[in-house]
Amino acid sequence: MDFNLTEERQMLQDTLRRYLREQYDTARRNKILESETGFSPEIWTELAELGVLGALFTEDQGGFGGAGFDIAVVFEELGRAGVVEPVLDSALLGGRLLAAAGKTDMVEQVIGGALHLAVAHGEPDSRYDLDHVSTTATDNTLTGRKAVVMNAEAADHLIVSAKDGDSIALYLVDKGAAGLDIQGYPLLAGGRAAEVTLEGTPGEPLGLTLSDYEAANRLALIAQCAEALGAMETATALTKDYLMTRKQFGRPIGTFQALAHRMSDLLIELEQARSAVINAAGYAGGKDADLHLSASKNLIGRIGRLVAEEAIQMHGGIAMTQEYELAHIAKRVVMADHRFGDTDYHLERFIALSAA
Amino acid sequence: MDLSYSPDEQAFQAEVRQFLADELPQDIAEKVRLDTDLTKDDMERWHAILNNRGWLAQNWPKAFGGAEWSAVQRHIYDTEAADANAPRIVPFGLSMLGPVLQKFGSKEQQDYWLPRILDGTDWWCQGYSEPGAGSDLASLKTKAVRDGDHYIVNGQKTWTTLGQFANMIFCLVRTDPDAKQQEGISFLLIDMDTPGVEVRPIILLDCTHEVNEVWFTDVKVPASNLVGEENKGWTYAKYLLTHERTGLGGVGFSQAALKTVKRIAKAANHNGKPLIESPHFAARVAQVEIDLRAMATTNLRIISQAAAGEAPGLEASMLKVKGSIIRQEINDLARRAVGPYAMPFASEAVEGANDRIPDPLDAGPVAGQYFNNRKLSIFGGSNEIQRGIIAKVTMSGGA
Repeated sequence: MDFNLTEERQMLQDTLRRYLREQYDTARRNKILESETGFSPEIWTELAELGVLGALFTEDQGGFGGAGFDIAVVFEELGRAGVVEPVLDSALLGGRLLAAAGKTDMVEQVIGGALHLAVAHGEPDSRYDLDHVSTTATDNTLTGRKAVVMNAEAADHLIVSAKDGDSIALYLVDKGAAGLDIQGYPLLAGGRAAEVTLEGTPGEPLGLTLSDYEAANRLALIAQCAEALGAMETATALTKDYLMTRKQFGRPIGTFQALAHRMSDLLIELEQARSAVINAAGYAGGKDADLHLSASKNLIGRIGRLVAEEAIQMHGGIAMTQEYELAHIAKRVVMADHRFGDTDYHLERFIALSAA
Repeated sequence: MDLSYSPDEQAFQAEVRQFLADELPQDIAEKVRLDTDLTKDDMERWHAILNNRGWLAQNWPKAFGGAEWSAVQRHIYDTEAADANAPRIVPFGLSMLGPVLQKFGSKEQQDYWLPRILDGTDWWCQGYSEPGAGSDLASLKTKAVRDGDHYIVNGQKTWTTLGQFANMIFCLVRTDPDAKQQEGISFLLIDMDTPGVEVRPIILLDCTHEVNEVWFTDVKVPASNLVGEENKGWTYAKYLLTHERTGLGGVGFSQAALKTVKRIAKAANHNGKPLIESPHFAARVAQVEIDLRAMATTNLRIISQAAAGEAPGLEASMLKVKGSIIRQEINDLARRAVGPYAMPFASEAVEGANDRIPDPLDAGPVAGQYFNNRKLSIFGGSNEIQRGIIAKVTMSGGA
């Protein structure tokens, strides 16, 4: 048993943390939040140059990582800095699906930061269910509507799930394809998504099925848990600093026992969250992967809400303002619960898998 | 013990319901239902409709042009209004300043300012909080120095709700720098068009503009705008805060919000069934509804005490704490019920944003509301302050 990062992962963590601390402050992010695409091409290129995107892929796939802990290291740092660039959807989820389909050239472009992807799986009434797909594929033309598709406007290609007869298959759709309509909008916690409509849109079959999607989704769950953990670390750090500097009734408010105990509770729960991410990353390749991932996502969802709400409450009014770092961080933490299944969804899945 | 409304109260309830059905403009109700920001014109239109009926100043005595409703009548109105998606009455002139002027203002001040509140000539905002003095209000620093017939005011107020629409602000200012904290504070009415007054917007985390900073630089205020006696402002402020706190249980708002959660959860799909049939989600909805039902009765008990002439003190703090927890829990349920569609952000405030989230559940910006309503446990004396009051009163024999 060894809870230390390998030398390579430690270097990756140090490099990425230093880069984001220097380059990704509140003011710069606020500019990115208001931009048309919802992300910064410069940041994207630099993340690729730093090897951050390559760390999400195995050596076989052309990367130099790709394991659960590589993914966790990257996303914890992205979360800590409140990064809104769509690394999760474009590079990890999209890239790993293309890797599974053997699209080596395209994966190379993803790792180099030159190719942007969007994964269009969820539908207006599918909520978090992975096997609820109504979009149809007939002779490789797709018809249907996909909901809240991350990064759809900026993507060069969309990976779209559709039902071919009874089975769900994945298709590669070019951004200029006929019958493809993309209605974009900003997201509350940063970045952009879109409603995507396909009407007789040509798609190239990737030879992937629902089980391939589920495999990529497991990696996305690790990433989402780790990102939320990083954001929670920032939220607790900001709160701790604030409690020691803000004075009311003549002394730092952190010296009031009612607040000191609540801060302690946050620190305890933060360690639980860290362990949940380690569980997710460590067990995601094993036979009870889904059980472990549901346990982690449920715990992260619960603790995320607690941390976000307590951090805001202990700050008071200042945390309610857009220009203060915590506002963005708290939104990232809470909105993480709306991706890849929320606290309740994973509680129910955990119960079902435990009983099986 | 009798939990039902009297025949008179039932008749009043029917009257209110009919009035709302007849008079509440549909476009305004739709905005309230979807939690779209109301314009100044929307709010003024609704105030005028209420004033026309004599129902705008619900807690004012008839002598001042008010409706002089009983506490139970006000509760009935609040519940019916929330259910009908009527906008809340902007409280600064009507619920806050009005009662203070009626109790502590001069005859001249009453005759001049009160009718202007009713007919909408003045839009008031509240200048209490300061950057260094939030819940610890008594440490405020904005100072007013007497200079002949005027005061010269310098300082800064913050969290000024709807200050961007206001032409008048009632302020707590320090008039005696040497006095102990709560002494030496005065209650001053300031025209916001006076040179030296500057309003700067504060954008909240859901990108809404509802609060502001108000800066005062050598602002000249007529001494006749002092309410009551100099250095006695803390007494008036405390009186006003009691009025502010009694409405904060927010029972009507919570009931309306819970109804929305149920509507969304019936329409939302979860594993092929309506979300409301999920045992976990249903249990959480039931739990908060059970809490809310008890709190509605707690609220009525406190209202009855108030009707019997007992001032709500401790009970107001209890209602504020519990009421905010319940409402925030309902907001949390709403955002969860919507699922992935809680993530899109739609606001007229942001260029390029859609007016409406393309959400098949038609839920409105529930996640934005979840974040926005974190304020409920912070403003008007945070829940920590309220708990402190409860502890102080119950465990050391006096506040």
